Amino acid sequence: MNGITNPLKNVDQAFIYIIGFSLVLLMFITALMIVFVFKYRRSKHPEPSDIRGNWLLETAWTIIPTVIALSMFYIGWSAYIGLRDVPPGAIEIDVFAQQFSWIVVYPNDKEIENEIVVPQGKPVKINLTSEDVLHSLFIPAFRVKVDAVKGLTSYVWFYPDKKGEYMFHCTEYCGIAHSEMNGVLRVIPENDYEQWLEEEE
Amino acid sequence: MTETDSFFETPAPAGYKGIWSWLITMDHKRIALMYLFVILFWFFGALILGLLIRTELMSVGKTIMGAQTYNAMFTLHGVIMIFLFIIPAIPAIFGNFLLPIQIGADDVFFPKLNLLSWYLYILGSIFAISSLFFGGPPDTGWTFYVPFSVSTNTNVSATLMAAFILGMSSMLTGLNFITTIHRMRVKGMRWLQIPLFTWSLYATAWVQLLATPILSITLLLVVFERMFAIGLFDASKGGDPLLYQHLFWMYSHPAVYIMILPGMGVISEIIPVFSRKSIFGYKAIVASSMAIAIAGSLVWAHHMFTSGMSDVAVFVFSLLTFLVAIPSAVKVFSWISTMYKGSIQMTPPLLFSLGFIYLFSVGGLTGLVLGAAGTNIHVHDTHFVVAHFHFVMFGGTGFAFFAALHFWWPKIFGRMYDFKRAYVAATMITIGFIFHYMPMFILGIMGHPRRYYDYMPRFETGNMLAGIGGYILITGIALMFVNLFLSFKNKRDALADPWGGTTLEWSVPSPPPLHNFVSPPEIKDYPYDFSDVVKKFKPGNIT
Repeated sequence: MNGITNPLKNVDQAFIYIIGFSLVLLMFITALMIVFVFKYRRSKHPEPSDIRGNWLLETAWTIIPTVIALSMFYIGWSAYIGLRDVPPGAIEIDVFAQQFSWIVVYPNDKEIENEIVVPQGKPVKINLTSEDVLHSLFIPAFRVKVDAVKGLTSYVWFYPDKKGEYMFHCTEYCGIAHSEMNGVLRVIPENDYEQWLEEEE
Repeated sequence: MTETDSFFETPAPAGYKGIWSWLITMDHKRIALMYLFVILFWFFGALILGLLIRTELMSVGKTIMGAQTYNAMFTLHGVIMIFLFIIPAIPAIFGNFLLPIQIGADDVFFPKLNLLSWYLYILGSIFAISSLFFGGPPDTGWTFYVPFSVSTNTNVSATLMAAFILGMSSMLTGLNFITTIHRMRVKGMRWLQIPLFTWSLYATAWVQLLATPILSITLLLVVFERMFAIGLFDASKGGDPLLYQHLFWMYSHPAVYIMILPGMGVISEIIPVFSRKSIFGYKAIVASSMAIAIAGSLVWAHHMFTSGMSDVAVFVFSLLTFLVAIPSAVKVFSWISTMYKGSIQMTPPLLFSLGFIYLFSVGGLTGLVLGAAGTNIHVHDTHFVVAHFHFVMFGGTGFAFFAALHFWWPKIFGRMYDFKRAYVAATMITIGFIFHYMPMFILGIMGHPRRYYDYMPRFETGNMLAGIGGYILITGIALMFVNLFLSFKNKRDALADPWGGTTLEWSVPSPPPLHNFVSPPEIKDYPYDFSDVVKKFKPGNIT
């Protein structure tokens, strides 16, 4: 659709890549540890060997993890770039965070609170700022998050390719009602959206 | 009073009795025990706060407390655990006690400064407590992010002053350790003959000395901001709220390594002793400690990928973060290889150390998820982060602290504890820990933000499980300390070297005499040469 790839796919692949590698490594380390503790227990293995190091092994386990780590960095960075590069033609919505609600303003100055309505199948860019302390807009379903800072405009973009209702939350601690600072993102068909946009409050 | 009487029987300065033989002492061992006493007090307090937080979260809606109380509790839990427990725990207690002995010295270089550090710790504690009673406990989180920390009405200033004073204490301890290691090593001990625990304290001390001033000045600036509204962090007055975050993490990320490096040092001592085999790759471990100290100081802004800073900064800090993972991985591989073809004796300190390796590995590997920019965005400021840093700080440093307690307990107090109860406690702590924190990884990936007083019903199962795990964990910790304290009923008959160690603290009596060494210490060419130990102990015959 529109030739736009949903950036959340790359993010999820990065999760799978990094967590997958980590699990393999963790199981390897843990298994070795357990095997050694049993195999070389003092009752079975009273005479320890005197091994103080191994130059080749130590070099290998410095270089190989470096390569793996760099690959993880690269995959993570590529996914991040996807979250930052806004495709042309994105709908722009302004969001103002305040203690303790979200004010959402559309290009035609329509204003709603704690609810973001977007059309299905069009990229959406949200420009975010804060009226008071730090807040952070987190939409888990689209893997995006950015802080709202007074005096600074930040943004996130996402691609709502499926209809539905998704929660968004404040994830930068902002005071007593921080955990109540949630809202609903509604993805509706484009026709309904046009109609909704023109509706009076 | 003879030279071999323990330091418990020999007050320094001489002639004082009772409480005064402690409060004005300049003996590094007595100061270490005074730290043990106050640090454990705070540890228990913050544990209870933590348990209350997780109890509140066990069900949706209000469970046992209101939102304001909850916010104050997680703030105090963080402040106390970090500034009053994890940062000082291993260096101030075990470092003070063992560092001079490990390098063959009779004390630290500046004994008076050492005592002053303890009093600064107490003064910082008093400020921390005072915030509870005057003006309402702080509700900012331990990170004190502006503008909230400037605008909130609670008594944040007292807590900031507490952290400022505790920073002074930490810096002076670092200064003392660096000087001691440079100037007081026994004649004949070269740099590459220094035990790894002392090496880890050396690397830590440099970070303490160089990074802490940044935090100190930053926290003072927040106090000034609250008092005079200067506007350093306020964009409408030409300031920048992100500047605060940079300054804060310039200390607080290196501080993570202040917390973990000494723990790594502890593990590097314990694994060889119970494998009765040299540490694998001594030089690599030394080098990785120093590499962590240096590279760890350059990765602070990986806490800020969602803050609105530039993408270039995200690139640089993500890359550096992956590089700092390597020296930690090298240490883990070295510890495991140390066990290869060793002669391994299971003991409570070793069991805690194995727990450390597993839990720290989970913490480190999940750190990769956070270090990668694309995945960081989703899990930043969620329960995933809470789980990650508790695996590193508690599963890592906390377990290393427990391991150190069991490893050096007979050395410090001359008394051995019951092994069976220690094993039961260690098992409960580990299982409780995993039940407590594993669900938080899942919750975080599902999208449960941190510092949330309340949450959506779909997060309830995970929070309930975490709560149950928390109770198992706390019961295990209680049992562990009861077991250690019960050892005071035993005779003071621990051997000088109950485990078969090679470093110098095992060559002096348990507990050590006032001047540590009865006869001049003998320096081995290589600090982890176990050939004499193998000869001395008949296999399988250790009490």
